[in-house]
Amino acid sequence: MMWKRLLLALTTLSTAVGAAAQEDPSAFNMTRGVTEVSRDAFDMHMLLFWICVAIGVGVFGVMTWSLIRHRRSRGAKAAKFSENTTVEVVWTVIPVLILVGVAVPATAVLLKTNAESPDPDLVVDVHGSQWKWEYVYPDEEISFYSNLSASSRDASRLDAKESPANAPDYLLDVDNHLVVPAGKNIRLRITSDDVIHSWWVPQLGFKRDAVPGQFNNADIRIDEPGTYRGQCAELCGSGHAYMPVVVEAVTPEAYAGWVAQKQQAAAEEAEKASAPYSREVAMTQGKKIYESACAACHQANGQGIENTFPALEGGKITTGPVEGHLKIVIHGSEKNPVMQAYGDQLSDREIAAVITYERNAWSNDTGDLVTPQAVEAAR
Amino acid sequence: MSQTADSVVDQIEHEHSHAGPRKGPLRWLLTVNHKDVGTMYLVLALVALLVGGVMALVIRAELFQPGLQLTQPQFFNSLTTMHGLTMIFLAIMPGLTGLANWMVPLQIGADDMYWPRVNNWAFWMLPPAALLLWWGFFMPQGAPGGGWTMYAPLSSTYAPPSIDFVIMAIHIMGISSILGALNIILTILKMRTKEMKLWDMPLFTWTWLITGFLLLLAMPTLAIAVTMLLTDRHLGTGFFEAAAGGDPVLFQHIFWFFGHPEVYIMILPAFGVVSEIVPAFSRKPLFGRTSMIWAVIAITFLSAIVWAHHMFTVGLPVEAQVLFMYTTMLIAIPTGIKIFNWVATMWRGSMTFEAPMLWALAFIFLFTIGGFSGLMLADVPADYQYHDTYFVVAHLHYVVVTGSLFGIIAGIYYWLPKWTGNMYNEALAKWHFWLSVISVNVTFFPMHFAGLAGMPRRIPDYPMQFMDFNMISTVGAFVFGLSQLLFIWLLIQTIRGGKKAGDRPWDGAKGLEWTLPSPPPYHTFTEPPSRQTVHDEGPHGYH
Repeated sequence: MMWKRLLLALTTLSTAVGAAAQEDPSAFNMTRGVTEVSRDAFDMHMLLFWICVAIGVGVFGVMTWSLIRHRRSRGAKAAKFSENTTVEVVWTVIPVLILVGVAVPATAVLLKTNAESPDPDLVVDVHGSQWKWEYVYPDEEISFYSNLSASSRDASRLDAKESPANAPDYLLDVDNHLVVPAGKNIRLRITSDDVIHSWWVPQLGFKRDAVPGQFNNADIRIDEPGTYRGQCAELCGSGHAYMPVVVEAVTPEAYAGWVAQKQQAAAEEAEKASAPYSREVAMTQGKKIYESACAACHQANGQGIENTFPALEGGKITTGPVEGHLKIVIHGSEKNPVMQAYGDQLSDREIAAVITYERNAWSNDTGDLVTPQAVEAAR
Repeated sequence: MSQTADSVVDQIEHEHSHAGPRKGPLRWLLTVNHKDVGTMYLVLALVALLVGGVMALVIRAELFQPGLQLTQPQFFNSLTTMHGLTMIFLAIMPGLTGLANWMVPLQIGADDMYWPRVNNWAFWMLPPAALLLWWGFFMPQGAPGGGWTMYAPLSSTYAPPSIDFVIMAIHIMGISSILGALNIILTILKMRTKEMKLWDMPLFTWTWLITGFLLLLAMPTLAIAVTMLLTDRHLGTGFFEAAAGGDPVLFQHIFWFFGHPEVYIMILPAFGVVSEIVPAFSRKPLFGRTSMIWAVIAITFLSAIVWAHHMFTVGLPVEAQVLFMYTTMLIAIPTGIKIFNWVATMWRGSMTFEAPMLWALAFIFLFTIGGFSGLMLADVPADYQYHDTYFVVAHLHYVVVTGSLFGIIAGIYYWLPKWTGNMYNEALAKWHFWLSVISVNVTFFPMHFAGLAGMPRRIPDYPMQFMDFNMISTVGAFVFGLSQLLFIWLLIQTIRGGKKAGDRPWDGAKGLEWTLPSPPPYHTFTEPPSRQTVHDEGPHGYH
């Protein structure tokens, strides 16, 4: 049983090496989390873990004993028996009882987790889309996209100059957090605008797939204010690793302040958007939109990624006729669905601005100023 | 039938019975001999194991540390997708079919397979299918990156053109599997020597009989699923398009109705191999033989009604989640019985630990660990956390690598002396075993921790806190991969020569195959074995 000992030693070693390098020793196990759902999941996990350990000790113990004692080199003579009804009944019935013992609490927890509260305090619609999350607060009339933070994005490129170690919360940080009040019942209605994604924050205790054409509801109640981070859990294309989820639970007062601030910012945005449209305004607004909607694939420097995402600097579409540029941004690519139809996501003015930016940024110098009217006409 | 036709048939039969192998390389293209076909399946499986293994090592190298060092994300996704498809359809399944081709006729005293020509055809479909599958890497936008599970719409309307090639490859591999399964079923039912009762068949043959039926259920289902992907892409059928009134989740239901039985297609014959080896090296009859067979039948039945446990987070009604949790848990009972029976077979045996037994023991230990994590995954509230994390990656590799693959390797060591007539180098085999069994755990055990700590699967890059686990896994993976080169060297050595094996190299082994010379003549059991031989080599021959 040399190998078993070695295996044990290696496992212990890997545990020790890992633990030394980790700030949080609990990172070897499932998090207990901050919601009732996550604590229930953790308890079920530990119950099953200890049951498996107990069965393992029994089965591997008997097996190891046999391997040591019943070997020919120790002169063991083989017995002839090949059946024993009693033990066969026993080792069928005992697992049945164990399973019933697991199934009862698991069913109770499952029913509880899936029960929906009749009157949630807050509803948030969560839209997965390649490769960002959109959060819509229908009652508060707030909506925004949540993109991977610029520091993570820069450090995550194949030719990155920055080390991921220097990016704060690497691949777990976004520009706009999902802000919710702690201690309130929140209903998330999760769906997708393109392929299947999965919205997951380990400390909240569950993941729910974002499936196009359906809303999956999840009711959560976060007890403690704090920032909780997770990632998309369902393979959704080349940006799958790059659409984190960040939930910020704040006190109800702070939440009310955040809502007021968001609404005011939205009003200012609307006002700015109705300001006279000029090249300068378009370039500023366009750069901002480019960074949140386009840079994940085409890169901030417009170089794209070879064989995957076309370069926009000196690109056939971005320096060719405006009509083609409008068409692909509004309706998406016919050949490659990864290039989405932004007509659904952005306003006329936003599309006009981002196209203007793309045609005049970097070394592109078409001199075009695309107007919102031109976008409307091209829709 | 006319006289002429009769005499032609007679002549073919005559040549078939006594001729040796055809000279020259055409032997392999035209052969209808079950041993040749079995060898070709095993060689293909080995080649695919290396190709899929190289893909795995590129994946592991990329994951060695955070940040991207080697691959663009899209290429990384292509690698994970093709690694899965290659290992399942071109390594594990052909490996098990190769063992069946070689051993089923020898174990039941048949002179060949029921449809020798179909046998040739079923094999020769696979190399073109492999080329179609791998060709995607050289196409515009690269190979598909939607995962081997090919979920819609990522693998239908959002997929690169190469997905069409993959779908065609899957169709061809599916037809090959169906023909192979029919052939094995018919061989067992129609060509078994009259002296051997169904319940007295060796366990390896038993598990393959049941696997054959499971293949007939699963493979057409997969064909339906991928055909619907194809028509969604090119004919606008919209089966899985929400905007067209279709449902992306429907694809998952159909896929996993294939996919879960597929897991058992890959493990049941490995159960069979282990059930041959453990009694042979314990020098004791298999404990609870009848209950072993019934357990396999029960697992097969249950495997068809658990599929939605792969989908607990897609938003199934809670009633469905409860139902599929219960059916999944039930599988633990027949699986447990199998493990208990193997342990009871060893109990008070007279054990020795040659390479086949070592691999079989590693199978029992490590498959059981995969079974434990499976039991944990069945538990829905906890699965909401485990789902789509590295915990699942750890689980599935404990089942497929240390389960199916270890079972195949155990079988190869067990029967290699019979096939070649030569004993393999036991010292080299020990090195191969110990290096593999240690490194496979170094590779896959830390993945449990990474998953529990929250690392999603199928990502080319990850947050800093998962670095240590990934570094350890990568080191293990490279040692495991390189250790398999020892295996290839050992196989070449053994085929070329070595100590003569004798008809029955394992003194505790029973079965008709051990009554034949090593290596067996090109055509075997042209005369059926005697009643006495069948009895002595069967389950009643111990007393």
